[in-house]
Amino acid sequence: MNKLGLGTKIFLYVILTLGAISMVIPFLWMLSTSIKQPGEVFSTTGGIKWIPEHFFWHDTMVDGKLVRAWWGNYPDAWNAVNLPRLYLNSIYVAVCVTLGQVSTSIMAAFSFARLRFPGRDRLFLAYLATMMIPGSVTMIPVFVIFKHLGLINTYSALIIPGMFSAGGTFMLRQFFMSLPGELEDAAKIDGCGYIGILRNVVIPLSKPAIATITTFTFMGSWGGFMWPLVVTISEQLRTIPIGLNYFVGVNFTNYTQMMAVSMMAVIPVILLFIFNQRYFVEGIKMSGFGGR
Amino acid sequence: MSKTNIQKKSSKRDLSSNAFRETMAAYGFLLPNFLGFAIFTAIPVVVSLFMAFTYWNIFSKPIWIGLDNFRSLLWFRHDGGHLVPNDPFFWQYLYNTVFLMMGIPLGMAGSLILALMLNQKIKGVVFFRTVYFLPSVSAGVALLILWKYIFNSEVGLLNQCIRSAGAVIYASKPLAMLFTIFCAAVFGLIIIGIIASVLSFLSWICEKLKFYWPEWLYRILVILSSAAVYIIIAAYGRSFFVTMSNFMGDPPNWLGMVSWAKPSLMFMGFWGSIGGFNAILYLAALQGVPRSMYEAAEIDGASGWKKFWSVTWPMISPTTFYIMIMGVIAGMQSGFMQAKIMTGGGPVGSTTTLEYYLYKTAFENFNMGYASAISWFIFIVVLMLTLITWKLGGQLVSYE
Repeated sequence: MNKLGLGTKIFLYVILTLGAISMVIPFLWMLSTSIKQPGEVFSTTGGIKWIPEHFFWHDTMVDGKLVRAWWGNYPDAWNAVNLPRLYLNSIYVAVCVTLGQVSTSIMAAFSFARLRFPGRDRLFLAYLATMMIPGSVTMIPVFVIFKHLGLINTYSALIIPGMFSAGGTFMLRQFFMSLPGELEDAAKIDGCGYIGILRNVVIPLSKPAIATITTFTFMGSWGGFMWPLVVTISEQLRTIPIGLNYFVGVNFTNYTQMMAVSMMAVIPVILLFIFNQRYFVEGIKMSGFGGR
Repeated sequence: MSKTNIQKKSSKRDLSSNAFRETMAAYGFLLPNFLGFAIFTAIPVVVSLFMAFTYWNIFSKPIWIGLDNFRSLLWFRHDGGHLVPNDPFFWQYLYNTVFLMMGIPLGMAGSLILALMLNQKIKGVVFFRTVYFLPSVSAGVALLILWKYIFNSEVGLLNQCIRSAGAVIYASKPLAMLFTIFCAAVFGLIIIGIIASVLSFLSWICEKLKFYWPEWLYRILVILSSAAVYIIIAAYGRSFFVTMSNFMGDPPNWLGMVSWAKPSLMFMGFWGSIGGFNAILYLAALQGVPRSMYEAAEIDGASGWKKFWSVTWPMISPTTFYIMIMGVIAGMQSGFMQAKIMTGGGPVGSTTTLEYYLYKTAFENFNMGYASAISWFIFIVVLMLTLITWKLGGQLVSYE
């Protein structure tokens, strides 16, 4: 785009800043509430209190004695929902799902984009069509399958259905199509097989696209709610969203702890996003995703 | 002669064995994904269709009941001279789902405007991008809990803001007057915007029917209707003032009232969907528009607004189209998490969507057959909506 006038620029900054503030305020409020004492949230007189009175510590009664605690909501919440377990479960499930989905998608996409075989286009169309099937249609039968296999309430039930995706295949295929064919030919002359081409040529060239779908898959799995809710029963298998949901049911009046738990659930994904965000636009632009 | 023949033959065999190897490799690469696709999509779809014709509570054997599930889901019966739906809840939840989907175009417009702003050459783009993407990145249970708390009528952020703003504004009379006038003006503008878009839609249809109305007629209609809107607002000025001050003094219990629960959820969805994947898609599409087209438009004397409508909008229309279809597909299946965590589907079922109804039917009442029928209803609606959008989009999208 061309250069902007000063007036337009100022206008743009004002609008962007106002919007940015409205995006951040709920999170700031979350942070603010999470370090307040339970009594402080109800002081509704005279506007909103952003910085709690006792910023670094609060007083709690333990066995009838007054004890000064540091950022008490966090350790309390940490213990109340067994957060380490939730974190480990979420990380384990998300890593497995991501590894599985990304690797199966890469292989299928390579096949669709770079190899010729009978029935390719028809099969690809079938893949595209499945993107339209609502998850709710397949969910109940998949549940029944897992029930018959006796896998309800196991890690397999959380992980395996997430390992295959038509969407990821589609996006990677679009990206692989845009790669130049000469490199592939050169690799072939050097004696590379198909696995070699995939590993030495296609994957290194597709880092932005792979990083993008890796991040999205990971975040999707991290936030997954309905399926884990359906297939997990025991506390030992709860992922973070399920753990939070139980906490809501038990403990919703304890806002300060709620916000502390929410804060701890949100931080890892935000960090992941900040690390990976430089890839996104590049990855999507080059994959020609979005109906182009 | 014979030598070349042999060469030909061998190269041919070589080629065919190469092709064979390629095919085998392709199937090998496809196999894992294809197996997953078969086990977790293809077979379940068939099973689900079968289940929709049964009564089954998981514990006993499924009983084939033919079309009964669909009949009780979709049909009407006579009841004391009135036609009553067999399952009135289903129709209410369908209405809720469609109502909530009206937020999709709003979110799309927000994403587009954001992408347009972030596509300018200004400093701090990365910072703004990160900030705007925060909500969609952290979307999930934690965020819904946060919003449930924000909407809380007593201690929620929203009502605290409204109350303290109201206390300041209605303390002085001139400020209160100014604020009322400002709100009335905005309110009027929204109504006029709706009128104008309805009119332009009408003129678009007339154009399709080869019936052209003059530009001045359109303008006069807009001007007259805006005048009428403002006259009406001015006439009801006093009651408008009272309503506003009451509202600011005692803001509603957002999630607890039938009339506010859905708009509140839509507002939250809007906040969360401005940044996010749609905005990335728009940004990528905008960066794909060749500079030369803008330069050509500038030579033709196009201004900023005109450039948008004649270059940018047509060039990114495939993306808009894609986002719209995906939004419709996702919208039909949404609302589960909000209902489960924020509202429990209430008040009086006003935030229960089809997806939540399906979950309750399947995993709380264990009526798997009926739930499958609901899921097939969703599937068929998605399919039809997609086809319609496809058809309409084909006319609106320009692929050049």
